[in-house]
Amino acid sequence: MNLAVLALAYARRRPLSTLLNVLLLAVGIATITLVILVSVELETRMQREAQGIDLVVGAKGSPLQIVLAAIYHADVPPGNIPLAAVLDLRRNPLVKEVIPLAMGDSFRGYRIVGTEPSLLTHYGTKLGAGAVWQAPMEAVLGSEVARVSGLALGGAFAGSHGLAEGGGDHGEAPYRVVGILAATGSVVDRLVLTGIESVWAVHDAHGHGGGGNHDDRDRQDAAQRPAASGAADHAHHGPHEKADPDDAHPEVAEHADREVTLALVKYASPVAAASLPRAINEKTVLQAASPAYESARLFTVFGIGADVVRALALLLVAASTLGLFVALTQALEERRHDLAIMRALGATRARIAGVLLLESLLLTGLALVLGLAAAHVVAANVGHWLPAAASLASGAAHWHREEIWVVALALAAGIIATVLPAWRAYRLDVAATLAEG
Amino acid sequence: MFALTAIEHRYDAALVLRVDAWTAATGDHWLLSGASGSGKTTLLHILAGLTVPTTGSVSVGGVNLASLSGSALDRWRGRNVGLVPQRLHLVGALDVLGNLALARYLAGLPVDAARARELLDAMGIGEFARRYPRQLSQGQAQRVAIARAVINRPALLLADEPTANLDDGQAEAALDVLRRQAEAAGATLVVASHDARVRAALPAVHALPPRAAVPA
Repeated sequence: MNLAVLALAYARRRPLSTLLNVLLLAVGIATITLVILVSVELETRMQREAQGIDLVVGAKGSPLQIVLAAIYHADVPPGNIPLAAVLDLRRNPLVKEVIPLAMGDSFRGYRIVGTEPSLLTHYGTKLGAGAVWQAPMEAVLGSEVARVSGLALGGAFAGSHGLAEGGGDHGEAPYRVVGILAATGSVVDRLVLTGIESVWAVHDAHGHGGGGNHDDRDRQDAAQRPAASGAADHAHHGPHEKADPDDAHPEVAEHADREVTLALVKYASPVAAASLPRAINEKTVLQAASPAYESARLFTVFGIGADVVRALALLLVAASTLGLFVALTQALEERRHDLAIMRALGATRARIAGVLLLESLLLTGLALVLGLAAAHVVAANVGHWLPAAASLASGAAHWHREEIWVVALALAAGIIATVLPAWRAYRLDVAATLAEG
Repeated sequence: MFALTAIEHRYDAALVLRVDAWTAATGDHWLLSGASGSGKTTLLHILAGLTVPTTGSVSVGGVNLASLSGSALDRWRGRNVGLVPQRLHLVGALDVLGNLALARYLAGLPVDAARARELLDAMGIGEFARRYPRQLSQGQAQRVAIARAVINRPALLLADEPTANLDDGQAEAALDVLRRQAEAAGATLVVASHDARVRAALPAVHALPPRAAVPA
């Protein structure tokens, strides 16, 4: 016999109301925890992907779009930029490193990115097998791409036109797998990397002799953009066209100068942050975008949504605290005689109050365990219900420091609900209660 | 064993109880008699340290209860007093053994299931050990309440109207159990009752005057 046994005996006596209170509190706790899991995971992910990249340049257009396309590979890029402008940037003394990215095609929904091996160095990515590309049409697969496609070293595949699935095949220009990257947990896992020359080669080939589907699409493009004189001519890019993946690579062959899509820039010194973005925006055909600024802006927008959900969850917790308070107050009324006889049997006032507090904390603790477990299970399985959010599941496996606040919140709820009933139990008039009929 | 001296108890300034002097020796069996409302329950609560009289001194087992306060008084009560309230107040969430275990636990004593079973067997209710209070008859519940009062071997056993609601046979049996358990525990027994059937069983009587007769 101890207070916990007694508290359990009381809880067992009213299983339905006990269960209801525990579940209500657990749902509130699970919602808050889920919001924390998702937002923390998103934030760390966004920061990690952007780490070390001070600036992104692309065609004139939305800075947010440029950052999303270049770092998170989430949005389509606004257009192409002349390679010459990128090379100019590389010669700028304020710039330490420039990594060009050429996009336009995809393989089973995974983007094919033409770049330089320095991208691998930047992400700290190691090859799991094979080697880095040396010649055009040699490709290195991200770990997820390799796993999902089942392609092995030496395997061949053709890119599809456009960044989404369903574009026409570049069947005439197959890639050959020369390397497979080790898993990093970053966006690189979901990329196909190759030399920039490969991307040029694919589109050169199609420009000179390609046919079928692809050409039809090009004619449509031409109809939509009759005056298109170059990718840098952003004035002709209507908002609705941004969603058209073809925008990502106006035909390279039409221009003598080579083009790329985006470039990642690292500063040589912090001074660059003050002058370089403005200089790029005002004096070149390029648009500069700061990943830190743009992702913070994006997160602010997302944060409002998270705050709304969090507020609702807090409301749930508050409601269940009230429910717990009502249940405990009712229990106190029903148990006045029990508490009085316990005092007669030698229990001190503090112990009587402790019975109620312990009971409340047992229920709260149960709700806490259920709520935290539910949140982690939901987060771990989110990919099954929402494939787009699958990458968030990795956050479910470990505990986040922010969850300590959920624990504190639950315990606070349990204590707040108990204060008044416990105080009344403490003040109970034993003799009068025992004597009353 | 206990000595009450110049006790007066007022409730909202009205005098509800006066005991000039009452002393009992260890092992005594007393009847505390008086009409309804004469203050019998209040006097039992004073002896148990549940009620502090407005004036006067209470000494039980050589302890002046006024010298104990708060939690010390609670602990003293748990170890030294067994109380059988008129309305039994068994804890409904616990079975019979659980109620006995609770009495041990709250007095700070180790739970002794063997003694609890022995006690229940001796009182003829061993078979109800796993029943809950609502599953017991009035007579059975009364025995459980008595068992709960004596399980800690108190020095002072107090019973409030133990024969109310019982027929003659049950009343006699309840008194018999109380006396035998008090003897077994070496306890001083005080039974508060206005029941004439109790008077025959307990020759030593402290009679309280009806409240109207208490001079203000």
